[in-house]
Amino acid sequence: MFGYEFMREAFIASTFIAITAGLVGVFVVSRNMSFLSHTLSEIGFAGAAFGILIGISPLAGMIIFTLVSSIAVGSLSSESSRREASISAISSLFIGLGILFLSLSSESSSYATNILFGSIVGISSKEVNQLMILALFVIFVFIIFYKPLSFDSFDHIGARAAGLKTRLLSIAFLVTLALSVSIGAQIVGSLLVFVLLTLPGATAKYVVHTVPKLIMVSVGLSLAGVWLGLYLAFVTNWPVTFFISVFEVIAYFLGLSYKNWKLNH
Amino acid sequence: MIEAKDLTKRFGKQLVFENLNFQIPDGEFISLIGPNGSGKTTLVKIMMGLEKKTSGELRIDKRQTIGYVPQFRNIDLDYPLDIEQFVRLNLKFTLSPNKRREDNKLIETILEKTKLTSLKNRPLGLASGGEKQKAYLAQALLNDPKILILDESTASLDVEVKMQLMDLVKELNEKYNLTVIFITHDYELTKKYTSRALFFKNKTIEEVKVDNISEDMFEMGS
Repeated sequence: MFGYEFMREAFIASTFIAITAGLVGVFVVSRNMSFLSHTLSEIGFAGAAFGILIGISPLAGMIIFTLVSSIAVGSLSSESSRREASISAISSLFIGLGILFLSLSSESSSYATNILFGSIVGISSKEVNQLMILALFVIFVFIIFYKPLSFDSFDHIGARAAGLKTRLLSIAFLVTLALSVSIGAQIVGSLLVFVLLTLPGATAKYVVHTVPKLIMVSVGLSLAGVWLGLYLAFVTNWPVTFFISVFEVIAYFLGLSYKNWKLNH
Repeated sequence: MIEAKDLTKRFGKQLVFENLNFQIPDGEFISLIGPNGSGKTTLVKIMMGLEKKTSGELRIDKRQTIGYVPQFRNIDLDYPLDIEQFVRLNLKFTLSPNKRREDNKLIETILEKTKLTSLKNRPLGLASGGEKQKAYLAQALLNDPKILILDESTASLDVEVKMQLMDLVKELNEKYNLTVIFITHDYELTKKYTSRALFFKNKTIEEVKVDNISEDMFEMGS
């Protein structure tokens, strides 16, 4: 399958996507932001549609929309109850906008399905380079903030008590989350990018108990999912996103069963 | 030494307390008592720099780091980290192998001090209430604080576990001359462990010696 240029590109891009999503996902889960990452995917869809409408790249549109809205959500409220409600409101608005932008632009609807559901053939080598740079940037931010971000994500109250600048950390995290959504959507599609951003991280937490191991398992599951997905999509001609989500969901339930089994033994 | 002079706090127009004057010498085990909403937690938040005072003075020696053990923490059954990893969250980032060795040693000592060594690999989500509180305590002790604040840390525990935790804190208090500020609604514990109480009442405080602490100070609103 690597005889095809587009498969090689898709493979490289997915590898970077999987590493970023697996890494960020551990913190999405520990910060209870699964819902937000889902919403950001929808906002990303609106952003991509907007990009097409005004003639910039869908990736750029996505990044603008997800960045602005994630920071807006972050500064709207730090209290989770209020956050849920404001997220719902914002997400409704953006899906509506996404639909409007698509209907206003003259691009064919296949473009829209690519954004929503992902595609392994749609990616050019220039885009692969962009993805790699963005992914490396996200990883870089995580290396810098690793310690304080872990503290804040796994023990927010303790981190505040210890005098960490939790607000700054929260914004730094939201920026990387927004970027990860935009990156991931290129292959997996904006509708299902939150699969990679939440499930591997959630599965990891059932099997290992240290932050580095959580990251390793989450990245591993995420990589296994996209690689397997790409291969099966290539062989069967079915959508890659289908295989990725099935794989991650199975891994999740296996992880959950493992935890329950361990509790009883 | 912690010293307050005419310390006043308002949230907007709402007065929390005014003109607090008190001193807490090093190594004292003191309790903050009084009804809910009387400003106990607000006072310790000001001490920790998480809230700003409105007026007056609060002096704490800059070198005196503060450890804080709150009652509530978002730890559910699925919480992934084990007890040792949870305590380690409070370590600073380092690449130096020497510093790492020191850190590992420090963690070992702290786990020993808080009697958590045999439990260090237990996921915190599955730990009992008392074990969780000990883990919170261990994490707070990591920065070698000179002042330890327990914010209703014993409230949800069984009597026996409460006593164990308090014995442990008392031990640390005596051995290391640690100042302990204990926010509580528990009459027995206040009597047994602390030397003095700051009784929050009518927007101000009253200093009460342990012998004069009476049960009716705990009746309203606890």
